[in-house]
Amino acid sequence: MKKKLIILLLLLIFPLKAFALIEVDITRGNLSPLPLAVSPLSIDEQSRIEFKKIIKKENIGSEISVIVENNLKTSGLFNPLNKDAFLQAPEIANLKPRFEDWSLIKAQALITGKVTFINEKLRVEFRLWDVLAAKEIMALAFTTVPNNWRRVGHIISDKVYERLTGEKGYFDTRIIYVAEEGPKTQRKKRLAIMDQDGANNKFLTLGNELVLTPRFNPTSQMVTYLSYFKNLPRVYLLDIETGTQEVVGDFPGMTFAPRFSPDGKKIIMSFAKDGKSDIYTMDLENRIVDRITNHPSIDTSPSYSPNGKFIAFNSDRSGYQQIYIMKSDGSEVKRISFGNGIYGTPVWSPRGDLIAFTKLHKGKFYIGVMRTDGKGERLLTENYYQEAPSWSPNGRVLIFYRETKTNSDGEGFSAKLWSIDLTGYNERLVTTPTDASDPSWSSLLSN
Amino acid sequence: MNRSIIISSVFHLLLIFITAMSLPFLAKKPLDIPPIISVELIQITEKTNIPFAPKAKKIIEKIKEKEKKLVSEQAPPKKVEKTKTKTVVSVDDNERDDNKTPEAVPLPEKTVKKIETKKEKKQNPDKLDEEVKQVSEFEKKEFVDLDNIAKLIDKAKIESADVIKKNNDITQDQDRNIDNTGLTLSEEDALKAQIFGCWSIPLGLPYNENLLVRIKLMLEPDGSVTKTEILDHARMNKPGQGFYKVLAESALRAVKLCQPLRVPTTGYERWKELQLNFDAREMLEG
Repeated sequence: MKKKLIILLLLLIFPLKAFALIEVDITRGNLSPLPLAVSPLSIDEQSRIEFKKIIKKENIGSEISVIVENNLKTSGLFNPLNKDAFLQAPEIANLKPRFEDWSLIKAQALITGKVTFINEKLRVEFRLWDVLAAKEIMALAFTTVPNNWRRVGHIISDKVYERLTGEKGYFDTRIIYVAEEGPKTQRKKRLAIMDQDGANNKFLTLGNELVLTPRFNPTSQMVTYLSYFKNLPRVYLLDIETGTQEVVGDFPGMTFAPRFSPDGKKIIMSFAKDGKSDIYTMDLENRIVDRITNHPSIDTSPSYSPNGKFIAFNSDRSGYQQIYIMKSDGSEVKRISFGNGIYGTPVWSPRGDLIAFTKLHKGKFYIGVMRTDGKGERLLTENYYQEAPSWSPNGRVLIFYRETKTNSDGEGFSAKLWSIDLTGYNERLVTTPTDASDPSWSSLLSN
Repeated sequence: MNRSIIISSVFHLLLIFITAMSLPFLAKKPLDIPPIISVELIQITEKTNIPFAPKAKKIIEKIKEKEKKLVSEQAPPKKVEKTKTKTVVSVDDNERDDNKTPEAVPLPEKTVKKIETKKEKKQNPDKLDEEVKQVSEFEKKEFVDLDNIAKLIDKAKIESADVIKKNNDITQDQDRNIDNTGLTLSEEDALKAQIFGCWSIPLGLPYNENLLVRIKLMLEPDGSVTKTEILDHARMNKPGQGFYKVLAESALRAVKLCQPLRVPTTGYERWKELQLNFDAREMLEG
């Protein structure tokens, strides 16, 4: 007791100087893409020969790593480093990377992997390493048929993207679009589908009838689109797997601008008659049709919110075409676009926070986004003619099409697909074998 | 006898004369009242409300003339004088209000105009004697001017006192920061600039979520990091906190990439433990 008192007295007499913890706020950083190294996936000689026979590729390990590299690069969020600078061989890197070697070339993350041929199947294992923390942060393995090798590359890309950004990827997806050929006055339009990177392009229709505005359903198995039936534009439904198609509903007038509801059970579309058009839904199970809007104006381009509770559409009820939102039963219609110009083709983001749109102002077309209350409008890209934005499944990238001006001889016209991310800086041409328009992005296939 | 009486009286008279001539009150000129006297006079009048005396009137007139001369010697622009009169009159008109609210702020233009019209009425010769009018104007002018000046001086004093007080507070705070909690601004800037360059912000993060990663560092005197600790570590592995995890990992990478940190050369005890708050919202939103 006495001792304690003495210590206490001593402490009181000689107080220790206490230092509060110094806090430093870091509110800025480097916005350049994250540098990462994608090492070619290692492969044993026997497997390499087997795969060469099946998929006609010299080294499937390198091919898969190239797919991953390209995907991550196009996202604009990563900067895959040049393979020539790599110091460690893929076989060794996959077992235990020498982190000093990778940090020397400024890589902050490293992807390694291994491909094997087992029981006529392709087995791919890959690892994601945090170079600076010198640890493995993800390891996965897939087994599939060899012909799916491209998808394996896309799935690895998605996993890496998700692990490093926190949001789902969008690489294992497909894009359906209208492939266009021939002179502008006599365009042959076919439905086509391809992987998001432009590979595996296939035509779904023959081009005898005009097709427009194809849209995926949430499972990406069905497509709804506009084509002509008895010389009238009508909404169609196509099963991609079976190839069967049918006309949606039997309306006395023109139906157009179809889109699936988030649960895939309904199609929402416009129905035009006597110079006005309204929005309708049709239940795909019982074929019951509901009228959603009833206004003497032209209401079209409906798009559901991801939770299915609201619908965005454009209408000229205020005199000019503007974007409105309403409840899914058609009540509480509210105008949300108030900027200068004409607004159209609203598409609700899969995240639910933004609405993408096309804007026409002073002869220029813009693709932009605004919040669901109409505030925070941001125009991402401007051009002579562009429209029909469609969201990537993670709500980060938009795909749309852009037409070029025809010269005085009526030549030079082209229609191409472009993608742009929400920053507005990462704009890229999506390569297609023919001219293309009206793209629609599928949901993630590997979900 | 007579002769001596005469001589004595002559000498006495001479002495009286010399004395009389050498007396200071006779030698001095009449008092020349400087303007400062009028200030005193007015202050007294204002406070005691003594009625205007006819003698004082004459004196004030004299002072007024002198002042006018002085003014003409200093030759201020005519416009300035006009505005001065305007403001004087305007304040005068609001004197009653001033009595109620001594801290009155300078009047807006509207009031000035209003008062001008009143002044015109006052200048009407049918109603007011010219002399009296002038005097009263002067009186008002002096009263108001001085009153205003006095107020302004008082206010200025109070304000300057406040500023000094505030300044003192700031200095004390700064001292305290330097002593106990903070790095100096230049030290902090150097550290920030270094980490800004190392931190690759994950661009896919949402800008509207509250993502603040606090990392505690243990440092060596040379700035190398011996230990890092994420203060909200529990959040890292919670479901639905993927964005937080990504941000936290990126912040850790930044710290590792930046090693050794640019720390001050002195005061190791002060900064051997350091907390970095990584907040990307500003960047992601912009």
